[in-house]
Amino acid sequence: MGLKLKIDDKEVESMEGETILDAAKKLGIEIPTLCHHEGLEPYGACRICSVEIEKNGRKRIVAACCYPAEDGLNVKTRSPRIDRIRRIIIELAAINVGGDLSGKFLELAAEYKADTSRFLQKVKVEPSKCILCGLCVRRCVEACWDSVIGFVGRGVNRRIVVYPENASICSTCDHCHGICPTGRITSIGPDPPFPSIDDVLAGRE
Amino acid sequence: MKRIDSPEDLEKLRRKLRSKKKTDKTTISVCVSTGCVALGSIKVLEAIKAELERQGLVETVNVKETGCLGFCEQGPRLSIHPKEICYFKVKPEDAQEIVSKTVIKGEVVERLLYKDPATGKVARRLDEIPFYRHQVRPLLANNERIDPKSINDYIALGGYEALAKALFKMTPEDVIEEIKRANLRGRGGGGFPTGIKWETTRKAPGHLKYVIVNCDEGDPGAFMDRSLMEGNPHSVLEGLIIGGYAIGAGEGFVYVREEYPLAAENITNAIRQAEEYGLLGENILGSGFNFKVRVHRGAGAFVSGESSALMNAIEGCIGEPRPKYVHTAVKGVWGRPSCLNNVKTWANIPLIILNGAEWFRKIGTEGSSGTAIFSLVGKVNNTGLVEVPMGITLRDLIYKIGGGIKDGKKFKAVQTGGPSGGFIPEQYLNLPVDFDELNRVGSMMGSGGMVVMDEDTCMVDAARFFIDFLLEESCGKCIPCREGLRVLSRILNDICEGKGVEEDVMIVEEIAETMRDASLCALGTTAANPVLTSLKYFRDEWDQHLKAKRCPAKACKALVNYYIEPEKCQACQLCRRECPTGAILGGVEQVHWIEQDKCVKCGSCYEACRFNAIVKLSGEPIPPPPPEGTKPVRRRGGR
Repeated sequence: MGLKLKIDDKEVESMEGETILDAAKKLGIEIPTLCHHEGLEPYGACRICSVEIEKNGRKRIVAACCYPAEDGLNVKTRSPRIDRIRRIIIELAAINVGGDLSGKFLELAAEYKADTSRFLQKVKVEPSKCILCGLCVRRCVEACWDSVIGFVGRGVNRRIVVYPENASICSTCDHCHGICPTGRITSIGPDPPFPSIDDVLAGRE
Repeated sequence: MKRIDSPEDLEKLRRKLRSKKKTDKTTISVCVSTGCVALGSIKVLEAIKAELERQGLVETVNVKETGCLGFCEQGPRLSIHPKEICYFKVKPEDAQEIVSKTVIKGEVVERLLYKDPATGKVARRLDEIPFYRHQVRPLLANNERIDPKSINDYIALGGYEALAKALFKMTPEDVIEEIKRANLRGRGGGGFPTGIKWETTRKAPGHLKYVIVNCDEGDPGAFMDRSLMEGNPHSVLEGLIIGGYAIGAGEGFVYVREEYPLAAENITNAIRQAEEYGLLGENILGSGFNFKVRVHRGAGAFVSGESSALMNAIEGCIGEPRPKYVHTAVKGVWGRPSCLNNVKTWANIPLIILNGAEWFRKIGTEGSSGTAIFSLVGKVNNTGLVEVPMGITLRDLIYKIGGGIKDGKKFKAVQTGGPSGGFIPEQYLNLPVDFDELNRVGSMMGSGGMVVMDEDTCMVDAARFFIDFLLEESCGKCIPCREGLRVLSRILNDICEGKGVEEDVMIVEEIAETMRDASLCALGTTAANPVLTSLKYFRDEWDQHLKAKRCPAKACKALVNYYIEPEKCQACQLCRRECPTGAILGGVEQVHWIEQDKCVKCGSCYEACRFNAIVKLSGEPIPPPPPEGTKPVRRRGGR
């Protein structure tokens, strides 16, 4: 069944089960994401894909990667309000990324004119370069059918670890390295064996 | 226990229980819920039992272990029926007198009665106590009459009558219609119309559906759900079974937080008893409806009270929220339609089914029907659980029921709705309390926490407290909440330490707005409420902290100095002895003096001084010390 919705004033037809992000892609509209990957279940953690929707006359901010496409939905992917939200999310994420920006994160920071050092100066924490997007964790489950890496702790103490009891089943598939958006997970190839998530990140210190 | 196979059998059992009750003799009900137990009610209970034994009254007097009445600070509490005499702050030593005087002779023990601190009047019965007089308590009232471990107690008072009515006289649609007409809104805090939620789950595609009780209340100072679950578990269970029937669910979960062992014990026991009676399980009351209930013990995380996080936890995963753009009512536990409601919401159901929607709508306001249970804490004279009709004003709650502000201080603000509720200033004291009115002033109903703050509370510091609480409890899944709280906490701590800069206010606003708009779950979207209302209503206090490095309430430790006024100091040495760092100089006949660089600002001297000679200064220069050997100016009185 085709669903008709409007994204940035352009009509698009979408299917049941697709998200706003999927629908936007059909129009060639790019919505930035940091925790999303095609083929992995939507997770909704980075919130950088926040867009504004209008439904029954009410406006709301939602995460495009999770929000299902609906008939008659009116979506706006850019506006001063959305840009501001994205800028602040980038600035907040930058606390963990630290000074050494690269790749997509660097591009996004430039596009949304984020001052990536502003909050780090305030909180004075040691950046871990990991933004806890969970891509590696989700990719690992899928690749191994069991998790080698996963989250421990909550709040600001949340971090990624290699589960010691599962470390032996790591097939050094390298997927977690390939998917990491900040370059935190370093791969040094099959020898010495992967994963080389370093000790700090893995909580072995 | 014999299975009850029809509504008629249930009615027969009820009549039997009631007639037995009538011939019943004096009953002593001792509160054994968490609050009173902490204050020693088990010892009181044992002493009463021993005394009855000693006086040979075991056969003639009933002793009942009951749930919480909410006036916990006055515990341990016991009541003697049928005369309805209420004793507070009972000690084991009082047992002898209670039995010989009240039980045998029918005289009251005056000193154990509640005495109104304002008027000095003593109250014999519950409804003579100002704390209770202004309450309306359909949900909590039975806590006093029921042994939570006895299903017979509950049945004798009309328990499971609503279930029988729903199963035999109403269709599931009728039940939902009744709940909708009653205008019951979810008591977990959001205030979403319960009937509509039920209908959504009923209509959602799928054969397997679940109903869930959320007993994961974790707000600082809140214990409404606990007291219902501990005191009257069958009322929650009955509501859940009716909900299961209306929604078409075959299974229910009761999620109880780790910190509530007694609640878990009592509901587990209630489930077992209901199963034995055939009120739960296969073919309930012979109606053909099958329903089972399981208890899930939480692992102790505040965020697990959020519905999707709670459902993750039931599935055995980490208790962190998931995106809810498809409601959990449609896609919840294991992806199946799941209707989750708060303990109080479920407990309201039997009352509505039995008394009808019209009865329920008569209590409360147009937009919010029924009663609300608040946990009234902070700087009020009477703290405890209060059940009031929606629409009562904050003023009545705080002054009539709460007995006003402690120590004659001035009211400053009240925070409703738990850690993510907003601060409500004095100008809104006449605000009628319901879901919509609270939202209107930037706060919320939340789970019903209510913290009263007086002039000694610094509103920046108060905001800091709640942000730090949420920082501890955030699951950390999404960036706005995790990192936003981290920055907010740092900034607020800086401001309270006098290290704030003016641009901080702008950052606070920016982050608060981003968290509200973009966070994954309600913990993050509402987390900034205390900060925003603090800033909105108490901007002056922020400015004082930021510009003058001064804390007007003199609560922020880093911005306060202790100073001894030489004209008032009697050189009594009390403060000197208390000081842990030896910062106070001066001996007998010599006015004391605090060495600021040694002072750790613990406030011990301030508490110790009997002459009000020690004052707190904030943002003002400390006067120079009096000359060595200054003699005290002697005063009369004091000591």
